[in-house]
Amino acid sequence: MTINTLAKGGWNREQMACFRKMERVIVAMQDPDMGMKMRNQRLLITVIPHAMTGRDIIDWLMQKYNICEEEALHVGGMLVKYGYIYPLKEPRSLVLRPDESPYRFQTPYFWTSTRWPASELDYAIYLAKKNIRKQGELMEYEKERYSVLHKRINHTWDFVVMQAREQLRASKQRRKADRIVLECQEQAYWLINRPPPGSPNVLDMGLDKPNNFSSRVTLNSDYYKTEIENCKRALGRNRVKSSICLEGFVKYSEQYLNHDPIMQGCLPSNPWISDDTAHWTMNADMVPIPTRLRVERWSFSFVELLNDPMGRREFMTYLEKEFSAENLCFWQACEDVRHGENSRIVEKVEEIYKNFLAPGAARWVNIDSKTMDKTLEGIRHPHRFVMDDAQMHIYFLMKKDSYPRYLKSDLYKNMLAKAIVPQETKKSVFPFMRRQRHASPSPAQAARHGIEEDGQAKGGSQAAANSGGGSHT
Amino acid sequence: MAAEKAEMDALKKECDGLRAQIEAARKAVNDSSMSGAAGGVASVGRVQLKLRKTLKGHLAKIYAMHWSADSRQMVSASQDGKLLIWDTFTGNKLVAVPLKSAWVMSVAFAPSGNLVASGGLDNMCTVYNIKAASPKTLRELDAHTGYLSCCRFLSDSEILTASGDTTCCLWDLETGKQKIIFTNHIGDCMSLALSGDMNTFISGACDSLAKLWDLREGTCKQTFSGHTSDINAISFFPSGNAVITGSDDCSCKMYDLRSDQEVIGYQDTSLNAGVTSLALSNSGRLIFAGYDDFNCHIWDSLKGEKVGVLSGHDNRVSCTGVPEDGMGVCTGSWDSFLKLWN
Repeated sequence: MTINTLAKGGWNREQMACFRKMERVIVAMQDPDMGMKMRNQRLLITVIPHAMTGRDIIDWLMQKYNICEEEALHVGGMLVKYGYIYPLKEPRSLVLRPDESPYRFQTPYFWTSTRWPASELDYAIYLAKKNIRKQGELMEYEKERYSVLHKRINHTWDFVVMQAREQLRASKQRRKADRIVLECQEQAYWLINRPPPGSPNVLDMGLDKPNNFSSRVTLNSDYYKTEIENCKRALGRNRVKSSICLEGFVKYSEQYLNHDPIMQGCLPSNPWISDDTAHWTMNADMVPIPTRLRVERWSFSFVELLNDPMGRREFMTYLEKEFSAENLCFWQACEDVRHGENSRIVEKVEEIYKNFLAPGAARWVNIDSKTMDKTLEGIRHPHRFVMDDAQMHIYFLMKKDSYPRYLKSDLYKNMLAKAIVPQETKKSVFPFMRRQRHASPSPAQAARHGIEEDGQAKGGSQAAANSGGGSHT
Repeated sequence: MAAEKAEMDALKKECDGLRAQIEAARKAVNDSSMSGAAGGVASVGRVQLKLRKTLKGHLAKIYAMHWSADSRQMVSASQDGKLLIWDTFTGNKLVAVPLKSAWVMSVAFAPSGNLVASGGLDNMCTVYNIKAASPKTLRELDAHTGYLSCCRFLSDSEILTASGDTTCCLWDLETGKQKIIFTNHIGDCMSLALSGDMNTFISGACDSLAKLWDLREGTCKQTFSGHTSDINAISFFPSGNAVITGSDDCSCKMYDLRSDQEVIGYQDTSLNAGVTSLALSNSGRLIFAGYDDFNCHIWDSLKGEKVGVLSGHDNRVSCTGVPEDGMGVCTGSWDSFLKLWN
């Protein structure tokens, strides 16, 4: 049974896909041959047929899906939480107890998925019935909701009362046992669909967003004028051929494959798996000797080199040898203007002018005259992006000239040669502490083959292994 | 009245004409497909990540999480009215920030690690200093007229926000004032992502459009369409040349910035749940997308195939994140737990 949202074109989005899965389990549980063995349960002086104990449910789930008790309790608990099985004792406590507590299957008529979402009218009729039957003994929150509904759907109130009376009359003609069963089923349905205040609402779907287009925006002429400007600008942009772009993505993921710990693992070990922080220590911002992968990354792009504090320091050392360190210093100073506090922009720009741009400056940078003129003009009214053009010019100067030469230099080559390639951490001595370094089979597979894993006891499930992998409170 | 209508019709017509021209320009450079380009790439096979840690501590639905730049700390926000800052390695909670409003929808960690920000149905973005002896409210950024759906720090001085009022906004944290307001979306903005060089950012909204904005000029540079419902999640491909989006229409898409068009879609007939969040592995090869069906599905970004699933949550996966060092992926869920996988 699928529940669809208002299909907004394209795919029908399914709400609560879990219901379909739960219903499959429920149907299996009720299979005449392989399903649960039911019995009669005594409720006070009445005998309720087709009931089972919490213990029965857990045992059946464990046996059928080859899972441990913890997981069976968890799955069974969800079946109760969503109303597919309901408790006969303490109906408001929607939990699965692993003991002799009696439970019953909810009838498909009252499955949440059968009537989604639950209607106000039906709720009003239900409350009206309760009101009449128990002669006004609704719970406090039910009384509140009843009066709210009475106001809201006042125009159909006669119908509500009439329906309630009719349903009560019909039920009086049933056997007492059936009547009690139906009342329990109906109560269970409404406990899920209209939970009492304070209980979690398992059917909460989150924020109700307006359908697609916001009422705040009026598509007036101003909007279209802006759109036209945007489109003109967008039209004029340079578009690169798809083939070149797509090749770029392929190349990028290939180049970074060894630098992707999820894809290829990492040396000496992934701290999440081995609980060993060696990898982080070796790759801290400043280390005596960096790892090889890190130094290799500096050759991937100029951005990679500059983003790494160690890489930047190495590059600075190289530039000092070439007597062009002022370029990197200038670039760094410009970055500081771009990303620093607004209040300090004026003073920082002045510093930059004094050190790098003024005639005869100590670390004068070589910018073309057009950019220099534009920058000097802009400095008179400094703002965050005033140094952008000059910074870009120096950036490309370094990228096209100094950076390629750095990669060919002895300084870089030596760094690469002495860079560390960490040894993979030896597996732990104690077998039960050993964790899998690489991916493990999926839970479904593990259930099918009953794979023994990492020294866990036989019959233990993947779930147990997963939660054993380190739950922290 | 008639003159106004005539003017509007003329403007609409001009707009449609320009859009058609843009489509034509896009077609003109479309000389290849992703399946063609990635044809020679080896398949990743079945990706099976294992659950490494479960972080328990929140008492209600988790709506958002964000990694710190140190790849070890992480902040999560829950509708129990708390932000929790975790040391994910030990599983310890380092700081708990009580929120004035429990209806939080987004949280962010500043690159410096000094500040966190959060916001939601209170329409505000509140910035906290977490390095103080006890978390101190630094700023309350209060100008949006709709809920705060996403926020991201550029530095300790600037922050970007996306809001249900259809705008995104760049704020100066020193003054607490808005610097630039980015208007063009016609639906609630749901998500944003900052480019590596911080010159641009991308936003996804309920109008099913993804937009690329210039942070300096405040203008919309590119618009991408194709989704048929709200875009809930958006991220850059690590090279910075593409945008990945996740939507309520049950699909994800990759849009290439340089050729200015959609290059591949990620959808499967068996997946009928909306995408809530997404994150990419460091090489960009794997996309981790959180769905309403309680799972996080893994896609091969180049081949467009579903290659794995992270199952274990009892309710919707509301947020996903991969830390900078790429060690693994974190999923946060309405079941109040955060799980770390690799």
